Amino acid sequence: MILNGTAIYVLWLREMKRYLRARSRILGSLLQPLFFMVFLGLGFRRMQVPGLGEGVDYIQFLVPGILGMTLLFSSSMQGLSVIWDREFGFLKEIMVAPVSRTSIVLGRIAGGTTTTMIQGLLMLAVTLLLGFRIKSPLLFLWALAFMILIAFTFIGIGLMFASRMKDSQGFGIIVNFILFPLFFLSGALYPLDNLPRAVRILSLLDPLTYGVDGLRGTLIGVSARPVILDFLVMAASAVLMVALGTLLFRSSESV
Amino acid sequence: MEPGKDAIVVEDLTRVFEDVTAVDRISFRVGQGELFGLLGPNGAGKTTTINMLSTLLRPSSGRAWVGGYDIVKHRDEVRKSIGVVFQETALDGKLTGRENLQFHAMMYGLPREERKHRIDEVLALVDLGEKSGILVEKYSGGMKRRLEIARGLIQDPKVLFLDEPTLGLDAQTRRHIWDYVEKLNRERRVTIILTTHYMEEADFLCSRVAIMDKGRFVALDAPARLKDVLGGDVVSLGVKGEEDCLDGTFRSLSWVKKFVRRGRDVNLTLENGERRIAEIVTLAQQCGATVESVRLREPSLEDVFLHFTGHTIREQEASSADRLRLMMPHRGGRRP
Repeated sequence: MILNGTAIYVLWLREMKRYLRARSRILGSLLQPLFFMVFLGLGFRRMQVPGLGEGVDYIQFLVPGILGMTLLFSSSMQGLSVIWDREFGFLKEIMVAPVSRTSIVLGRIAGGTTTTMIQGLLMLAVTLLLGFRIKSPLLFLWALAFMILIAFTFIGIGLMFASRMKDSQGFGIIVNFILFPLFFLSGALYPLDNLPRAVRILSLLDPLTYGVDGLRGTLIGVSARPVILDFLVMAASAVLMVALGTLLFRSSESV
Repeated sequence: MEPGKDAIVVEDLTRVFEDVTAVDRISFRVGQGELFGLLGPNGAGKTTTINMLSTLLRPSSGRAWVGGYDIVKHRDEVRKSIGVVFQETALDGKLTGRENLQFHAMMYGLPREERKHRIDEVLALVDLGEKSGILVEKYSGGMKRRLEIARGLIQDPKVLFLDEPTLGLDAQTRRHIWDYVEKLNRERRVTIILTTHYMEEADFLCSRVAIMDKGRFVALDAPARLKDVLGGDVVSLGVKGEEDCLDGTFRSLSWVKKFVRRGRDVNLTLENGERRIAEIVTLAQQCGATVESVRLREPSLEDVFLHFTGHTIREQEASSADRLRLMMPHRGGRRP
C-alpha cells in the first residue's frame, strides 16, 4: 500500500472547489439546523426540562446538539458525493488512475472533514451571534477534536453505504431511516435520562451520543459522562468506521 | 502464453453478471500502434470488455495483458500505461476544462513543470485552448468529448481506449473526432482500441475490426477482408413478372456468386458490380421482365454483421433492449 500525497491533495482540492462553488448548498445545509435551534429554543425556553444540569438553560443545552446535527448531516454527505460521482461518471476517472485505493479514500476523507468542519464552525459562529457563549478557550480545542472525530465517524459510515449503493435515491432512504434515528437517539435535543430504558440502551450504541455529550462537556462544561470517556469512545468509533469504510470502498466495483 | 511485444493480449476473457454472460471467452491480440475496433450492437459486451482491460472490472475468468502487464495482477502498471475515454461522460461539470485536466495530470503524478506544458499541448490538439477556463457543465457534447480525448492523452499512454467516442454527436462533430483519432494514431503511434456500433466509423478508422455479438467475437479481420467474405458488390433489382425465367437465368451465371429473390426484389452478389449492371438489365429484359429499379451497393460492415450473425445491428439492439427491460424493469436502459 503506497500513499500518494499529490493524489490525496488533488482529491481534497477538488472537494474544496466544488464546496466553495456551491454557495447555495452551504447556506441550505445551515438552515435546517438553524431552524431546529431557533424554534426548539424559543418553544421550550420557559419549560422545565429535567436533567439539563446545574444552571444550564435549554438553549445552552441545545447548541452542542445542533452542532452535532450539522456535523452528522454534513459528513454523511461525503457518501452522497461518492454516489454522485458514480452517477455522473466521474468515479471512473478517479478509479482508473494509477493511485492506490487507500489514497483515494484518504483524499475523500480529507475533503469531507474540511467541509464538515467549515460547516460546523459556521454553525457555531451563528450561535455565538445569537448569544451562545463558550465556556473556555482551552476546552474549545477539545471541542474541535470532538468535531473532527464525529466527522471521521460519519464519513466512514457514508463511505460504507456509498460503496454498496448505486444511486442517490437509495441514499435518501438512508438519511431518513438511519441518520434521523441516530440524531434523535443521540440526546442532541433532550437529556437521555428522560427516555424509556429500552430506548436509552439503543442510544448508548449510537456514536453520536458520545460526540454530542463530549461537545457539551467541552463547550458548556456540563456532560452526562466524563468527557475523557466520550473522547475514547469517539476515537474508537472514528478509527473503526474509517477502517470499515475504506475496506468496503476498496472492494467495491466502480462501474 | 506470454504477452510478448503486442500492446494487448486477451485470452478467453469472460465476465458474468449474476446470470448474464456479458463477455464470453474472447481472445485476440492487438499490435503496437494498431487502431483496433470492437464493433457490435448495444449489449454485445464491448464496454464490459473495455472495463476489464482498463482494470475497472475484474474478469470472471480468462487472462489479459495490456502493455505487457497482467490486468488483474498488475493493475497499477496497467493503469499507468493506458488512457481511457469512457462511453458516458466522466468529467466534473463544476470544474473548468483546465481544472479537469489538472486533476488528471496530478492523479497521474506528472511533475509540476510538465503539467502546464502538457495540458496546453493537449488542449491545442483538440482546439479547446480558448474554452479551457469555462465550467465543463457549460460545454456542448462535442466539446466534452474532445476534452475527454485530450485528457486521455495527458499521461502519454501506450494504449488509448475509446468507448463509443462519437455516440450521440452530430455528423460534423463525429467527423472531427475521427480526424483527431486518426491523427493521434498516425503521428504519435498510440495503440487505440475503439468500440463503436457505427459501421462507417469502424470502416473509416480501424485497421482491424472484431465483430462482437452476444458477448462473443463472430469475426475478426481488416474491414476490407471482412467485406471480401461477402464475395463482392450487391446489385439490387426491382422487377415485375417472369420470376421463374429470372431465377433460372441468374442462377446459371458463373460470375454471380449469390442470388436471392424475395418477391420483386432481386439481389445479386458479384465482383465489379458496376461493369455488370448493363448486362444484368439486358438479361432480365430478355426474360420479358420489367426492370423498375437498379441499385449498386458496395458491401458495408452492416452486411458483414448480417452475414455472420443472421440479423442486422438494429434488430439486435431492439431485441437486447427488450431483454434488458425484462431483466431490470425498474432501471430503464442502463447496463450493469
